[in-house]
Amino acid sequence: MRLDVLNRGYGLRARLLFALIRLLSRHPVPDAAKLVCYRPDFYGSRAKEFTHEAMRGPSAWSAADRELMAAYVSQANRSAFCIAAHSATARQAYQDGPKVAAVLADLESAPVEDGLRATLRMLGKLTREGTADAEDMRQVLSAGVTRPQVADALAVCAAFNTTNRLADAFGFEVLSAGDFEAGAGYLLKRGYR
Amino acid sequence: MRAGRRIREGSGGGRAAEEVHRTVPTEDKKRAAYRGLQDRVLTGEGRASPEQRARAFSNAGLSQPLEGLLGKVATRPTQVTDADFAAARAAGFSEDELFELVICAAVGQSGRLYDAGLAALADVDGDGHAIGEVR
Repeated sequence: MRLDVLNRGYGLRARLLFALIRLLSRHPVPDAAKLVCYRPDFYGSRAKEFTHEAMRGPSAWSAADRELMAAYVSQANRSAFCIAAHSATARQAYQDGPKVAAVLADLESAPVEDGLRATLRMLGKLTREGTADAEDMRQVLSAGVTRPQVADALAVCAAFNTTNRLADAFGFEVLSAGDFEAGAGYLLKRGYR
Repeated sequence: MRAGRRIREGSGGGRAAEEVHRTVPTEDKKRAAYRGLQDRVLTGEGRASPEQRARAFSNAGLSQPLEGLLGKVATRPTQVTDADFAAARAAGFSEDELFELVICAAVGQSGRLYDAGLAALADVDGDGHAIGEVR
C-alpha cells in the first residue's frame, strides 16, 4: 500500500492475527482486512460496525443482493479490488455466477427482478454523478421497492463509496481469483465485524 | 423519518404498528453507525488537526499539495498516484496525518452521496409523487 505504516506499522496483536490468517487460510491477508487493523480506534472499529450493519444487518434485501450492490457500486467507481472481492462474494451468496456477470456486463438485460434492477440503476447514477433526485427515487419505488429498502441500499452505497476510495487511494493489491474466492467465503461466514 | 411518520398517520391497524417497529429502528441503526464513523474521524483524537480533517472531509479550503491528493480521493480516486503521496510527504505531512486525511476525504464524499440519496427519497411523498408536483 502507498503508506508504509499500512504495510509495516501494525502492533504485535495485529501481526499475530495476520500470521494466523495466513497459516489457517493459506491465502494472503487482503489489504482491506489490514487497513481496518491500523489504528482501529481512528477508523477500523467504526468502519467495520457500519459496513457490517449495512451488509448483514436487518434488511428486506438479502446478503446476496447487498453484495451485488457493493459490486455494482464498485464497478461504477472502477475500483478493481472491490469489484473482484464483491462480485466473488455475490456469486457465492447467490450460487449463481452468470447472474452476477450479467448484471455487471449489462444491467438492463440482466436476469434480475425489476426492483433490484431499478435500485442498482439509481445507486450507479448516484455514485457516478454525485446526485439523485425525486424522479430517480420515484422510479425505484414504482418498481415495488419499499422506502426502508431504498434507505438500506443507500447505506450499502455509502459503505462502498468509502471503501472504494480507500482501496484506490491507498493502492490495495489486487489478489488472485482464488484468494478473492477464499475472502468471499470468509465474508459470507463471518461478515464484516 | 418520513416513512415512520406516514405509517403512524395511517389507519392505526396492528400491521401498521408492526411496520413502525420493524422498519424505522433498522433504518436508523445504519444511519447512526455511519454518523458514529463520521463523528469519530472528524472530532476524535488524531494526529491531523480537527480543522485540517474538516477541510479534507468537505473537500474545501485545502491548499497544495493536499488539494491534489485529497481532491482525487473525493472525486477520482483511481487517479491517485505514488507522486501525490510523495508530494504531501515532502510538504511535511506524516504518514499518520495522511492516513487520517485520506480517510476523512473518503468518508466525507460518501456521506454527501448518502445525504443526497436520502434527501431525494424524502422529496417523494407517499403516493410516489415529487413534493410540490402538480397533479
